[in-house]
Formats: sequence, C-alpha cells, structure tokens
Amino acid sequence: MRVALVDCPIDVSSLISEVSDDSCGAASVFLGCVRNVNDGRAVTGIEYSAYRSMAEREMNAIVREAAERFGVSRLIIEHRLGALGLGDVSVAIVAAHPHRAPALDAMRFAIEQLKRRVPIWKLELYVDGTREWVGSGIRNRESGVEAPDVVATRIQ
Amino acid sequence: MTVTVLLFASYADALGKSAIELDVAPGSTVRDILGTLLAMPGGDRLPPRPLVAVNREYASAATTLQGGEEVAVIPPVAGG
Repeated sequence: MRVALVDCPIDVSSLISEVSDDSCGAASVFLGCVRNVNDGRAVTGIEYSAYRSMAEREMNAIVREAAERFGVSRLIIEHRLGALGLGDVSVAIVAAHPHRAPALDAMRFAIEQLKRRVPIWKLELYVDGTREWVGSGIRNRESGVEAPDVVATRIQ
Repeated sequence: MTVTVLLFASYADALGKSAIELDVAPGSTVRDILGTLLAMPGGDRLPPRPLVAVNREYASAATTLQGGEEVAVIPPVAGG
C-alpha cells in the first residue's frame, strides 16, 4: 500500500509493475484525466492544490480501509498537483489481487472516497481566460450541509 | 492562547490570505473561530458552516480548542 502527492507526470505502467506480482490474476486501474469541458464551459487546464499533510493522511486512511473491506493490500493512490493540461492524468489508482472482484471493488472504493474526503482542490482555467474554483462553496451554501456523510459519520 | 488557521483555495481567495494566527480565549470552540473568520473582511464569502479540520482531522463545530492547534477551513473538496 502506498499513497503519494506528486508534482510530475504519473507513470502508470510503473505503478502497475510496482503493485503486482505473479500471485495477482488481476490489476485494475483508474485514471482521472483533465477534461476539455465542464458544465458547458470549454476548459484549457486545471491547477490542483492540496492541504498536503491532511490529504496524505486521508489517502493513507483510505488504503487501510480498502485493505480491511476487500482484503486488497496491493493498492496505490497517486494524485498529481500543480498545473495540468488537457488529457493529463491527475489521479491514478491501481489495485492488484489474485481475483478481479476485490481488485475492482477496492479501486472503485478508493476513487469514490478520495473524491469525497481528500482535501484537494481544482482551479479550472477556461478558454475565455476566466478561472474558477470547482465547487467553491456554492453547494454548501444552498444545502446547508455541513459535511459529507462520510465525514459526519467519522466525527460522531 | 493562539491557534493557526489555514485557508485554502476559494476560502484563501475570499480572505486574501492562507494562514492566520488567532489569539482566542481559553475554552474557545471551532464555532468561535469560524465566527471570527466570518467577521473579517471577505469573510462574508465563506459559507456559514464550512468544513473544518483540527490538526488534520475533520472536526465538528463544537470541538473545544486547547491552544496550539492547526485549524483548517476546508472548501468543498474536488480531487480526482
């Protein structure tokens, strides 16, 4: 198990080699990539930033939880920070296991949890030169929701 | 006592800074800290009840502070 925040391009094939061995009949890979449109606006790139120490702590918690839930200890999460262009890989999650179901389940769990609770933010850059923080508090204001479900559960 | 408040992304933009040292009364809670932040210039751009982490763990508004903590105000996360 390993997590990392990186400032350079993610080498996916090296992650697959690192996480797998001859006992693994399955390796599942999720890649998050910078998309050229969001909410109908043409995007030229994204700048990722993070609360690094807490993000690493949460990512480590996620891989531990995945190991407990799915028995998958061969799991790597790498998230890239900084300025990314269209098509660049922002996050890679690689899970390996003797069988495909745990590998797929652990990978899906890891990306869904990452998106809910790891303190990483994206500043989207648009073709018209404007920039906007994705999800910049508007949803919280409208719904009055103080925390995602997972967070509410953990602080009780 | 003093706590270090960290602001990120849109919240750092709103208040024009990414870290603030706050002198607060003993027994202060996260809610008290948020009240102070909301009253600062630009604080009206923060939601009334943002997510907060104390020493890198998500915390409720009722959490009591001892002094010396790192209190981070967390905008809606958007990793991936």
